[in-house]
Amino acid sequence: MSERVVYMDNNATTQAAPEVVAAMLPFFGEYYGNPSSMHNFGGQVGAKVDTARGQVAQLLGASPEEIVFTSCGTESDNTALMSALASQPGKRHIVTTRVEHPAVLNTCQGLATQGYEVTFLKVDRQGNLDLEAAAEAIREDTALVSVMWANNETGVIFPVPEIAEICAAKGVLFHTDAVQAVGKVPIDLAGSAISMLALSGHKLHAPKGIGVLYIKKGTPFVPFIKGGHQEHGRRAGTENVPYIIGMGKAAELARTRMDEENTKVKALRDRLETGLLKIDATMVNGDPERRLPNTSSVSFEFVEGEGILLHLSAQGICASSGSACTSGSLEPSHVLRAMGVPFTAAHGSIRFSLSVYNTEADVDHILEHMPGIIERLRAMSPFWAKHQKAQCATPGYVEP
Amino acid sequence: MWEYTDKVKKYFTEPVNVGEILDADGVGEVGSLACGDALKLTFKLDEQGKIADAKFQTFGCASAIASSSALTEMVKGMTLDEAEKLTNKDIADFLGGLPKEKMHCSVMGEEALQAAIRNYKGLEPLPSEEGEVVCQCFGVTDKEIEKVALNNDLHSVEEITNFTKAGGGCGECQDKIQAILDRLWDTAPKQPVEVKPPAAKKKKLTNIQKMKLIEETLEREVRPALKADGGDIELIDIDSDKVLVSLRGRCSSCAASQATLGQFVQSKLREFVSEDLVVEEVKP
Ligand code: FES
Repeated sequence: MSERVVYMDNNATTQAAPEVVAAMLPFFGEYYGNPSSMHNFGGQVGAKVDTARGQVAQLLGASPEEIVFTSCGTESDNTALMSALASQPGKRHIVTTRVEHPAVLNTCQGLATQGYEVTFLKVDRQGNLDLEAAAEAIREDTALVSVMWANNETGVIFPVPEIAEICAAKGVLFHTDAVQAVGKVPIDLAGSAISMLALSGHKLHAPKGIGVLYIKKGTPFVPFIKGGHQEHGRRAGTENVPYIIGMGKAAELARTRMDEENTKVKALRDRLETGLLKIDATMVNGDPERRLPNTSSVSFEFVEGEGILLHLSAQGICASSGSACTSGSLEPSHVLRAMGVPFTAAHGSIRFSLSVYNTEADVDHILEHMPGIIERLRAMSPFWAKHQKAQCATPGYVEP
Repeated sequence: MWEYTDKVKKYFTEPVNVGEILDADGVGEVGSLACGDALKLTFKLDEQGKIADAKFQTFGCASAIASSSALTEMVKGMTLDEAEKLTNKDIADFLGGLPKEKMHCSVMGEEALQAAIRNYKGLEPLPSEEGEVVCQCFGVTDKEIEKVALNNDLHSVEEITNFTKAGGGCGECQDKIQAILDRLWDTAPKQPVEVKPPAAKKKKLTNIQKMKLIEETLEREVRPALKADGGDIELIDIDSDKVLVSLRGRCSSCAASQATLGQFVQSKLREFVSEDLVVEEVKP
């Protein structure tokens, strides 16, 4: 293992910002009061929780009462789905997409076996949704439409505010899993028709173990975790104060760094992509325009992702793959398959996801090693040999 | 990340015998791009008929590459008879073991070797054509499943998936895989179809024969069915054509099923032993 670590797996998790960690520390020690207590000792902690709520609200263009702290993005997604069903018992239909994160996808697949009906919307080769098809999928008994804001594997951005408008016009609740989008895409919830939105702290330089569910004022709501009346009765359980404080700080940082994401990080990503595309038989997955500034899903045809990752790892480079071997299942990424990415490419797909902490030197380190890694693996791939022969057999080529 | 042994890592990072022998004596190709792994194995024999050289080309994960490379090392110097006996287990053992989810990589090695030997002998490259495809997602036949299950003592669908991938896609074939395993290991909930002792009921039986047959029939046809429901049956006595039994456990506490149960036992005994038998229950 090389000394140097180049971390480009930020869609999996991010480094907690030092500012965030510093803000949290006092709440593990000195300020241990319970924010729900009536005494001042707890009350002063309660005030800090309110500040954090305000910081998150500001990042999202929401009001503080609309922010509920949860334990993670997955809990937020589950809460949104279950609440929509529980608060509208007559409605038993959900619309979502085939490319959702498992937090939504698997939950919906589970619901489909429990007497609910789920429509899974298709995406095209670029990973885009058909808005008309989305509108047509909505029925009388649709309880909720749930569409992710940005895809975790390809970074493709869905027109979420537009879909929310369509739903509002039909009087249907709309939820978005915005875990990958927050901090990278401008979000103004006050001016939108979005009913619920999920975000996750650790994708945003807060630590793991904290999430947020935005619930628009006036949205019917039934809590998922029941018990005490913390979070205005919307999420029971004593507030995870240090992490809430960290979430608040991370939200504030994200707001101030949004520009950097879209300029510096994007430039690094593009530099990486341009360099990688110089390798033969390589392609980028997903709409190149409507994409998160930090994400690049690149397919190296005729090789398998796990081998690439292990060789990268030996150089201290952290990325992830949509290949079957690495997904823990036997089939490649459901996202790439839904997009119709050919098997040759899906198995050899590598996702690089950057953050503000990456540098040009990081990108160059990858570009220095990647061609050799791909060449080595292709040298032992039977398909690469065949591909080469087929190329040579094109007209004009004379067999020696 | 998978837990790979040092030997797997070594054969992955520094694979030996990469490539293709152009004037090979045997060529074996298995797997496909769609399946996520594939292996092309080529070998050359020396004058004594031993494998002098072997090379591989592999598309697949690290353990597939390591398994292929290890295989080429293992077969060098072997006669074809010896090579034919090499199993996936040998490959996995050579590597100090593979994660269980990766055992299919070693199976791919064995299959490629078999295919290459068949190719040398001028046989069809795909022995799988003999079987019927059970798993559409990964193109795995019943014959392959049976072979792997027997060689590696596999009893669950999950294990079959780890070794062959079958069942790991859409999952629709899992029931069929279970049925193959049931047939193979004889663990199926007994259906009174196959092993009928033919002509038994026609023959006039001696008392000893009759007793034995009744016992066997209860053992084979009746008890497993009752056990599946948490009950049991005991043979108390046989008085010419009267069979006295006691029903135990869950069954005996459920009065409603008693009548049907008696009939079930009686019909089995009449089917397999003699038409004249009458079953009577005695309370324990
Ligand atoms: S048919 Fe076997 S997994 Fe799909």
